[in-house]
Amino acid sequence: MSQSYNRGLVEDFGRWREFSAGMWAWIFHKFTGWVLVGYLFTHIAVLSTALTTPQAYTDTIQMLEMQPIVRILEVGLLAVAVFHILNGLRLLLVDLGVGLEAQDKSFYASLVLTGAIVVASIPTFVAGAF
Amino acid sequence: MAERYSSFERGGRRWLWQRITAAFLVVVLAFHFFLLHFVNHADEVTFAASQARMETLTYFSLMILFLVTATFHGVNGVYNALVNQGLEGTKLSVVKWTLVVASAVLIIQGVRTALAWSGGIPL
Repeated sequence: MSQSYNRGLVEDFGRWREFSAGMWAWIFHKFTGWVLVGYLFTHIAVLSTALTTPQAYTDTIQMLEMQPIVRILEVGLLAVAVFHILNGLRLLLVDLGVGLEAQDKSFYASLVLTGAIVVASIPTFVAGAF
Repeated sequence: MAERYSSFERGGRRWLWQRITAAFLVVVLAFHFFLLHFVNHADEVTFAASQARMETLTYFSLMILFLVTATFHGVNGVYNALVNQGLEGTKLSVVKWTLVVASAVLIIQGVRTALAWSGGIPL
């Protein structure tokens, strides 16, 4: 029989001081997932301006991209997406039985790599907006 | 022992599809970000540039598949998260069908937008 790990009440975020690396990875994956699915609906809504006139689409995108706050939010979106991708790869490997013993280290690696990619991408993401 | 909720169903296929779509999305989401932020810059987006990409069958098909897999992966993820939080019974059914309708609306709107760029299926 397989062993189960008693996580306690999963909805009890008040226990956050007791959380291990794996629990933080689970919470960050959920949080970034919620952000990404929310963004997906927003993204399609914005792109739908292409259904009115070509000019309306071009004007909408260019007006949004001129706003510094939009560029900052895009950097945030990149951070969320990169972490979700890297931690998702970690989860796929763990599901395949690869690296289970080092799952805490691979979570820290996901965080560090996310930070490095996001910092390196900031100049490209904010170019021309400030 | 504390009460535990799990979205995993023995013999179910949603778990497998969540992983299959994840493997696809890891590659395509990274490609999407790279193409539209590094190769082409977001502030240079125009209808004509989007149209030029969408008129290629390969790109059009990839974006439609991206839309469908991202919608499934995202909405199924939300459903699983709510089951893990203990949602069940009628409330869960209401949420489930709301998510199904929202997914259908999102996919239809996304396909309509893709067709507005491509001017029809680019065969």
